[in-house]
Amino acid sequence: MMARKVLALNGDEAAAYAVKQCKPDVIAAYPITPQTIIVERLSDFVADGELDAEFISAESEHSALSACIGASAMGARTYTATASQGLALMYEMLFVASSFRLPIVMSVANRALNSPLNIWNDMSDTMGARDCGWIQIYNENAQEVYDFTIQSFRIAEDHRVLLPVMVCHDGFVVSHSTEGVETLSDSEVDSFLPPRTPVYPLDVENPVTIGCVGVPEYYPEIKYQQEVATKKSIQTIKEIINEFNESFGRNYDIIEKYQMDGAEVALLTIGSASGTAKDAVDEMRAEGKPVGLLKLRLFRPLPVEDLRKALSGLKAVGVIDRHISFGSMGGALNMEVRAALYEMRERPHVMGFPAGLGGRDIRVEHFIKITEELLRIAERDVLEEDYRVVGCRGPGCIGP
Amino acid sequence: MKTWEEVPFAGYILEPGNAESYRTGDWRSRQKPVINQEKCTFCLLCWIYCPDGAITRRESKVEIDYYHCKGCGICAYECPSGAIRMKSEAEEA
Amino acid sequence: MALKSLPLHEYLSSGHRLCAGCGEGVTIRQILKSFDEPPIICNATSCLEVSTTPFPYTSWRTPWIHPAFECTGAVAAGVEAAQKALIRKGRKKKWDVVLALAGDGGTYDIGLQSLSGALERGHKFVYVCYTNDAYMNTGIQRSGATPRAAWTTTSPAGKVIPGKTEWQKDLMKIVVAHDIPYAATVSPSYPMDLQRKMKKAIQADGPSFILALTPCPRGWRTPPYLTIELGRLAVQTCMFPLYEVENGQYKITMKPKRKLPVEYYLRPQGRFRHLFTPKTRHDIINAIQAYVDKKWQEIQKLEQLTQQ
Ligand SMILES: Cc1ncc(C[n+]2csc(CCOP(=O)(O)OP(=O)(O)O)c2C)c(N)n1
Ligand code: SF4
Ligand code: SF4
Ligand code: SF4
Ligand SMILES: [Mg+2]
Repeated sequence: MMARKVLALNGDEAAAYAVKQCKPDVIAAYPITPQTIIVERLSDFVADGELDAEFISAESEHSALSACIGASAMGARTYTATASQGLALMYEMLFVASSFRLPIVMSVANRALNSPLNIWNDMSDTMGARDCGWIQIYNENAQEVYDFTIQSFRIAEDHRVLLPVMVCHDGFVVSHSTEGVETLSDSEVDSFLPPRTPVYPLDVENPVTIGCVGVPEYYPEIKYQQEVATKKSIQTIKEIINEFNESFGRNYDIIEKYQMDGAEVALLTIGSASGTAKDAVDEMRAEGKPVGLLKLRLFRPLPVEDLRKALSGLKAVGVIDRHISFGSMGGALNMEVRAALYEMRERPHVMGFPAGLGGRDIRVEHFIKITEELLRIAERDVLEEDYRVVGCRGPGCIGP
Repeated sequence: MKTWEEVPFAGYILEPGNAESYRTGDWRSRQKPVINQEKCTFCLLCWIYCPDGAITRRESKVEIDYYHCKGCGICAYECPSGAIRMKSEAEEA
Repeated sequence: MALKSLPLHEYLSSGHRLCAGCGEGVTIRQILKSFDEPPIICNATSCLEVSTTPFPYTSWRTPWIHPAFECTGAVAAGVEAAQKALIRKGRKKKWDVVLALAGDGGTYDIGLQSLSGALERGHKFVYVCYTNDAYMNTGIQRSGATPRAAWTTTSPAGKVIPGKTEWQKDLMKIVVAHDIPYAATVSPSYPMDLQRKMKKAIQADGPSFILALTPCPRGWRTPPYLTIELGRLAVQTCMFPLYEVENGQYKITMKPKRKLPVEYYLRPQGRFRHLFTPKTRHDIINAIQAYVDKKWQEIQKLEQLTQQ
């Protein structure tokens, strides 16, 4: 039995190492910065005989996901990874994978979208794919990437869930930053993640037709069934996270609180920005400002009730989005948080702060400016703007 | 009709070939094929050429399955023995 | 081999909604008769897919999956790879043939990349492209397979432009360029030729490819009873020669005793009507004839050239 080891891994390597321990049967992928390290490492594992899997070097991301759909429908444990343009190219097939209820796990090293071409980090890719029916989990660092890659297979393949999972980490900031990652032993992973038991695989003994024409007389029933399964998965995801915490001494949740005791205003973050934001919160606290932070891990399904609970009692919340939904109210997270809170009798003001687009640095000073703005809003009890972009030169933005 | 709780998982269809219960025979507009068994040499060309599997192959003869036959006329056109004729629906077989 | 030796099973059940006289129906029935046990089918969006699976009905008695239009090669690759892994790990007992089915739109055009990728990677599957020379499911639009001068709704026979102005894409050459072990053309009008080729395709050690001509009464503007006759005329005029390429070696499997003028094939079809009325367009018909003659010579030369 291999003992737990602390390995120096970057986010991509952490994903690849976790995937290896999860023993997928089929991997189909196409390289794109900043995800490439994942597919390279996995290729090495297969080439060296450390991982017994079929590795399909697909000729595009569209084909990579299509191959995953075929493989997963056969009952194979199936994995892929992508980013940015690659995820955009997969868009059509994302809906198919979730509609077929196939437990495919996909790592996404979040990256901005063209144009202009930009290989650096933001979340335009996965946020644009938020309505595709995939579970979306966002990670702050390589340790989380490792832990949640393993949990993603458990979540996806759980018979109460049976949905594909995107397990996301920020490009470069996480994908290429090396840190000490406490890995589990192979046998620990084996005990947490039993082999997949497919429900209706493509099987000559029991022929099944997958991908029929859904006439209007049946389409809504088929889709609502999917909606119910997706909503219900929140409960199962919580259970699985708890089991992981208890088994391996971790302390994860779908929304994590930082310095929330006595907080009057809070930042709501997602992904790696949470680290810098925590430093800003510490500084503000040192000055006696009632500032806290909430980190959202699970964006799809959106834990609406948990958000309401976590945000109630606050006076103002600043939502740090990592993309812009053009022509609306900043980023998707801001809009959805506002929508979730709308029917609450006592609700905080919510302002959006799309930040760090295309790899622009977001620093502690930015978060301090944001919290100062939130304190002003709280004090005056009025919100004048729906959102303001952070990290952009020129009028109307919070500068560089 | 089935509710969302009753429709099969993810819209999968779990009864292979259940379309067989669907009648396509009423697609025939005017004519239906009729076999003259005396002339038939059991060459099976009509059987292999029918797009709808509507020619039933028995031990030593073929029969038209009118529940599914769409009346395309391929069998009558292709029969090398002139054993199949397209007759008006009203006409006796 | 004789028709009597073919199995009685119908892996594609009756009760599907393909048009009366549809060439896809005949051809797929025949294709499936070459199997002793059901294959695992990956189908592209097309008339065949839509007409055989309107929920809650399916005509398929095989495992069947349809994810989308352009990805059939990739989906079949995934199915094949999964099967390999599952058998190796002892989670599946026997190898089932993987059969990819896609139309000309799903193969010549939008699905060409996924087919090429899968062929290059060497996945073991049989890919059947059923060509009716257009996108029929969406209402008869031109494809890379549409022959020159044919009317379609996006290559209309207008006052100035007489139907499609380009020649058909030579898909077989593209496929053969991947050096796969077996590729062949088939017509449902020659059922035993089709059976023989399918058997070879199934047994090939690697990817195999079958291009099947599937006349379409609705899109070709022909009476439904002519479907098989047109599949025959296509071969006898050499508009659609029947041949196979086995490990690089070309073999013409049906040499017409008397090669018929292309007009025999064109005239009965409404999609070529503008070539015959109001006045006969000899210029276009002659150009088509010259092109067909050239292609026919080319393939005969290839047969000679690749002979052992
Ligand atoms: C990405 C995408 N683009 C367009 C379509 C619309 N579409 C569905 S079937 C089809 C044409 C199919 O043509 P072909 O492959 O020749 O099959 P046929 O219907 O002729 O049998 C088209 C354009 C689609 N389903 N998906
Ligand atoms: S084609 Fe004619 S002769 Fe042959 S089996 Fe059919 S009916 Fe009999
Ligand atoms: S008329 Fe057409 S559908 Fe009917 S049996 Fe003959 S070939 Fe089949
Ligand atoms: S349009 Fe053509 S291919 Fe489509 S079902 Fe009708 S006859 Fe067949
Ligand atoms: Mg077509």
